[in-house]
Amino acid sequence: MTTSPQAQAGKPSLWARHKIFETNSILLILGILIVVSIGGLVEIAPLFYLRSTIEKVEGMRPYTPLELAGRAIYVREGCYNCHSQMIRPLRDEIERYGHFSLAAESMYDKPFQWGSKRTGPDLARVGGKYSDAWQLQHLNAPRSLVPQSIMPGYPFLATTELDVNRIAQEMRVNRMSGVPYTDEMIANAVTDLRAQVDPDHPQADAFQKRYPKAASRDFDGNPQRITEADAMIAYLQMLGTLVDFKQYDNKANLR
Amino acid sequence: MTNPNHTAHEPDFDAVTGQSTTGHSWDGIRELNTPLPRWWLWTFYITILWSIGYWLVYPAWPLISSHTTGLFGYSSRAAVALEVQALEQRRDQQAAGLKTASLEEIKASPELLRVALARGKASFAENCVGCHGQGGTGAPSYPNLTDDDWVWGGGLKDIQATIQNGIRWTQNADTRMGEMLAFGRQGMLKKDEIEQVVDFVRSLAKLEPAKGANLAAGKALYETNCASCHGEAGKGNREVGAPDLTDAIWLYGSSREAMIESVHNGRAGIMPAWASRLDPVTIKALTVYVHSLGGGQ
Repeated sequence: MTTSPQAQAGKPSLWARHKIFETNSILLILGILIVVSIGGLVEIAPLFYLRSTIEKVEGMRPYTPLELAGRAIYVREGCYNCHSQMIRPLRDEIERYGHFSLAAESMYDKPFQWGSKRTGPDLARVGGKYSDAWQLQHLNAPRSLVPQSIMPGYPFLATTELDVNRIAQEMRVNRMSGVPYTDEMIANAVTDLRAQVDPDHPQADAFQKRYPKAASRDFDGNPQRITEADAMIAYLQMLGTLVDFKQYDNKANLR
Repeated sequence: MTNPNHTAHEPDFDAVTGQSTTGHSWDGIRELNTPLPRWWLWTFYITILWSIGYWLVYPAWPLISSHTTGLFGYSSRAAVALEVQALEQRRDQQAAGLKTASLEEIKASPELLRVALARGKASFAENCVGCHGQGGTGAPSYPNLTDDDWVWGGGLKDIQATIQNGIRWTQNADTRMGEMLAFGRQGMLKKDEIEQVVDFVRSLAKLEPAKGANLAAGKALYETNCASCHGEAGKGNREVGAPDLTDAIWLYGSSREAMIESVHNGRAGIMPAWASRLDPVTIKALTVYVHSLGGGQ
């Protein structure tokens, strides 16, 4: 807006008031802070209390120690750079990957693995899509199974012993950020981890009680050792399998 | 803060451009206070007006425990449910019979077959190629679906059962079960016995046995250990997923080493059950598609 010299000489017009901000950097910073905080309060804060964003869904349980270790390897290797874990509510994604992801399905993910940039396919429901042997061979040498794949191989996972000593600590950190691990779960972290790769483990029943319906078997086909591949495959094979969508009432949650 | 080249002066009017100045001057050059172009400013105002309309029509503002739902109650979950429903309807129009028709009826009707093959092909490309390869030609330890050698049967019903319930997929109660024992690891056969039995099986398949192999000893071992599943003549048994040992098709490789490995450690390939992931019509379409790949019986 053109400001006439007359207006400037006297009281500045409404259209010239921004001059106060433009000529005073401290005021400008304060103004930006106020506007951005309003945006944050309106857009972020409600997500922590709105019913539709914190819906409770049957079947969700915290990761077992082995799955949590696998998840840590997934994050360490940067799998999220190419793979998302979020099926969007779009027809074509549902056709390809299955039921769209629910917010609750990531409630124990610290941090979550959402995303929309996919170089590889979405992995939110990859659990149970392939056999353990396939996952192992595919991690070792992706192109031996999928010739057109551009995924790098991770053959060292199957030969690297899993470091089980850090798992209790990792669970404690997860608990600090809201995952309901009990003292009992943390105290038995290493036992539970070993019990999950060995169905004949003396503590197998206690493990099943702490983590209902968790799959328990030797995941990497090598019963002698607990490798990083064991953890990784245990994690991949449970992705998206906790919620039973035959039970989940879709209509009740249309919001 | 003082810039020697900068001087302040009273804001005034620049006659040449018809604009006022800001009151700053650098090296004697005064700064014009040119306003934003009108078209830009008006576009900006219109976007603000647009947002108000958007707030009214779509879910927007958070409230105490819920949020404004918008004039038409839009939700992405409801919208996608409608889209999926519309897709189902369109598919029903294309071939209403696919839902109710038996596998044989689909095979017999050119119209149903065309739709089933198209749907089967699309689903195969997403769900099956990881193991069975594009075109269904398989990979070591993942069967080729284009030949007529079937571990668990190549009839329409057999293929459908395999897709639905998987193979050794223990979460599924009806899954196909069969066990090739680890004869070496579990101590049932000694190392030289394994070699003898492997050489005998190689002779069945017209593969070269090792020089000086004791085929008679191998045959005796075969009859006591292997024939119950693979048959006296080695023709296999599809009831328990025991493959034919007399043909040239070897799932785990036909080298002597691979065969010794099979007898020593056993084999137990796993295929997921798809009944929990795919709807029955898609499984039907997949069945017909796989059956059509070349080896259907």
